Parts: sequence; structure tokens; C-alpha cells
Amino acid sequence: MRNYSAFDIIGPVMVGPSSSHTAGAARLGKIAKLIAGVEIKHVQFMLHGSFAQTWKGHGTDKALVAGILGMDPWDARLKDSLEMAAKQGIGVEFSSIDLGDVSPNTVKIVVTGIDGVVTTVVGSSIGGGNVVVIQVDGDDTEFTGTYPTLLVHHTDMPGMILKVCEVLYARKVNIVSLKVFRSARAADASMVFELDEALTEREIEAIREIPNIKNAKAINL
Amino acid sequence: MVDYGYELVKVCGEKDLHIWEYILEEESKESFLSKDEVFEKMRDSLKVMQAAAEHGMETEVKSVSGIIGGDAFKLSRYSDEGSTLTGRVMTKAMARALSCSEVNASMGRIVAAPTAGSCGIIPATLITAGEALGKSEDDLIKALFTSAGVGEIIAKSATLAGAEGGCQAECGSAAAMASAAVVEMMGGSPDQALNAAAIVFKNILGLVCDPVAGLVEVPCAKRNMAGTVSALTTADMVMAGVMSKIPFDETVSAMHNVGNSLPNELRETALGGLAATETGLKLKKMVLSSAEASDGK
Repeated sequence: MRNYSAFDIIGPVMVGPSSSHTAGAARLGKIAKLIAGVEIKHVQFMLHGSFAQTWKGHGTDKALVAGILGMDPWDARLKDSLEMAAKQGIGVEFSSIDLGDVSPNTVKIVVTGIDGVVTTVVGSSIGGGNVVVIQVDGDDTEFTGTYPTLLVHHTDMPGMILKVCEVLYARKVNIVSLKVFRSARAADASMVFELDEALTEREIEAIREIPNIKNAKAINL
Repeated sequence: MVDYGYELVKVCGEKDLHIWEYILEEESKESFLSKDEVFEKMRDSLKVMQAAAEHGMETEVKSVSGIIGGDAFKLSRYSDEGSTLTGRVMTKAMARALSCSEVNASMGRIVAAPTAGSCGIIPATLITAGEALGKSEDDLIKALFTSAGVGEIIAKSATLAGAEGGCQAECGSAAAMASAAVVEMMGGSPDQALNAAAIVFKNILGLVCDPVAGLVEVPCAKRNMAGTVSALTTADMVMAGVMSKIPFDETVSAMHNVGNSLPNELRETALGGLAATETGLKLKKMVLSSAEASDGK
């Protein structure tokens, strides 16, 4: 049987009204901000399913924007996020979308940085404030943000996992899970590591310098 | 951590522990934190609960949709006036439950316990029982560990989600967890605590999840009130020596089975029950049209 923590049951501390429509939405917004990793100019939120139907009454819009501003689901300023974003000159836009066969509370977030670079994140809120990211920049992925996460973009070829693991092993960072995705043999590929400890900026930099690695990003909520 | 209620009673008996002590020990072991750290972490949750339980009694809190609000304030004043039928303890408890639900619906800070929709029951029950019995803040934290333990067992073999098991899984579980904690707070044994949880489940079995407009407002706030009353009155019944004829674990499994046989319309989809009444649909239309108006569509 699955074990629960006392704080899974009495918790999380969150801004209401809904763990899936509010707390989970804030978490997805924050993950999108961290993946974009730049100062943000504009964000477009495309809401799917139950998110699209009940977003207003659940404050899903405010929660998503709060996440984009870096707030956590328990931040009391969450309900003022739209005004805060306007003040900071960040444009936000909401629309509905049909993403097909995905969980009912799914959002596609398109972040445009002040440098013009566009980052697209698709994630679902799956209950109790928990989320899962299913797509980044059009590529399939799968991670929850529960653990410090490392996203690596690389070219599909033998030895890539080993080289990243060498960096992790140098500091004895334990791996919780590892998933590998690729578009085609010898083409674009990605890895998602969930770790017991967050990596330092220097370690991320060391991973970026590995030949045939295009990018590496840390998602630490 | 044990899987079933009967195991919990057994292990507490063998080690001569209260439920809260066993849960605190297990939490410390699993999380690699000291017992003190785990205890203090729960204190933070209690503080958020206390603030949410008081806020709506002091000010009229309105939900984001505008459908509910101000009821905790009304009840609190009524309770202070002193001409109530069920007395100050019960009316204060009711007001606190409504307050948490109103704070939640207004995008205030709450502790999901076990869910946001049922966030008023455990705070209202424990804070009010603690006040009436002259208990300390630490006693309330211990009671939260008792509640968590009972909730963990329910989550293991059944569910705490309204979308899966209906309101009986959310407000029903919250009330069962709260009642068990009050019994332990009053000096009852682990076995008595689980008997209280069992009786609460028996009385809420079959309750559907039918939120109007899909929002955590109608009927959720008032069901938090009802769950609180059930938790408190059941604790008194058990402390008088009354036991449940059906054991706790079997009531949990009954709750799970009933939840599984509920049609989709009655599991948080807002397609049946009160959500599908004439007024429920009218409120939904009102919420949706105001959302579109403010969106400029």
C-alpha cells in the first residue's frame, strides 16, 4: 500500500478555493516561469477541460499568473497577482483550447521573454495541488516538480546519460527517477532527472558544457 | 506505518502509545526529520487553521463568485448574544467551520485537511473542543497528528477525493478524523478514537459531491458545518461508552464501495444533485456570465 505523510493529509497550506484548480495552477505557472528562465514580457494561458469551464470561480487565472510571478500556492498575495503583473508590465492573456486526450485540468502556457524567446509548457493539475508537466517546447516529457528536477536537451547518441551521471556522481547526488525521450534516432532528445538534492549553478554549467548537450535547466520549486 | 485501523489499535496497545505519538514517530522516521521538527511543522499548519477559523467570524468574508459569504459572521454574533438552542460550544464550532470555508472561497489561506473543500471541519472541531476543555496549543497539535493518522489509513484503503468517493470521502473523512482526535484529546483510548471515526462514517455514508457551478461553495460550506457538529456530538457519545457495532475498517471499506457505486454525476462533476437543481443551474449561469463580462468577451 502507498504510504502517506501526515502532511499529505493535513496539508498543503494553500490559498483557496481548490487544490486542483488553484494550488495546482499556481504550481504550473511557477514551473513555466522556471523553465523560461528569463524576464517575462508576455504570457498566454490556454485552458483545457475543467480549467476552461470553471477558471473564474476558482481563481485559476490569478493562480497561474501568481506562479508566473514566482509565488508559491500558499502565498497570500496570490489573489492580487493580476494587478501585480500589470504593474510589472507583464501582459497576460487567457483563452480556451481543446488539447485532446489529456487530464481535465490542463493548461498550455506560452511564455515570451523580453529577449523575444518563446517557451511553451503544457502541464496538468492532477489533484491535491500536485501537477505533472507533459510537454516542453513541443517535446513530450514527464515530471511533477515534487523533487529538484534537471531537464537536459541533447542529441540522441550512446553515452549521454553516463556523462550527465558523472556530474551527479561527483557530488553523490542521488537520482529519484530518470526518463529519456527522443524524436527520432540520432535526432533531438531529452532527459528528465528527478533528484534528492538540487544542483548548483556550477554543476548545471558543467552539464551544459558536455558535447552534444544543447541545454540543461534546473527546476527547483 | 500500519495499513489498517485494527493494526493501529494493536501497535498503540503494544507500545503503550497514543495515536498521535505513533504517527509523530512514524513521520519522523519517514521524513528524516527529528520529532521536534515534525511537531513544529504541524504548529505552522495549526496557525494557518486558527487564522482561517477566526477571520470569517470577525469580518464578513465574501467568496470570489459572490455566491456565499458572511454566514460565519452572523453565527458568531448569534452565538455571542447567548440565546442559542445548542449552546455556545456548538454555535462557535459551526461558525468556525463556515469561516474556514468562506476564507477558502475568497482565495484566503487555508490548510487542506484533508482537502480544501473540507478544510473547515478539523480546525473548527479541534479548536472548539480545545477551548471548551481548556487544552493547550500543543494539545491541538497532538490532535492534528491523531487526525492525520486516521486520514492516512482512510487514504490507503479508500480515498479522500470527492471526485472519486463523493462528499462522504472528503467531509466524511474530515469529520471522522476530527472526531477520533477529540476522543483522544478527551482521554479516550485509540480503540475508542476509531470507534468515533466509524460512527461518523456510518452517519454520513452515501453523501454525494454536487457542487453548484463546480465551485467549492454551495453546499460545501454548510457541509463543513454539519461535519463539525457530527464530529463533536459523536465524540461525546463515545466518551459516554457507546461503541460502533461495525468496526472502523469495515466502515472505511463501505464508504469506498459506496463511492465506487456513485454515478459520475454525483462525484464533483457538478452534473447532478444540488448542482442540477433549478436554482443551482441559475447560480451557475450567473457565475459564468459574470466571468465572461469581466473578461470582456
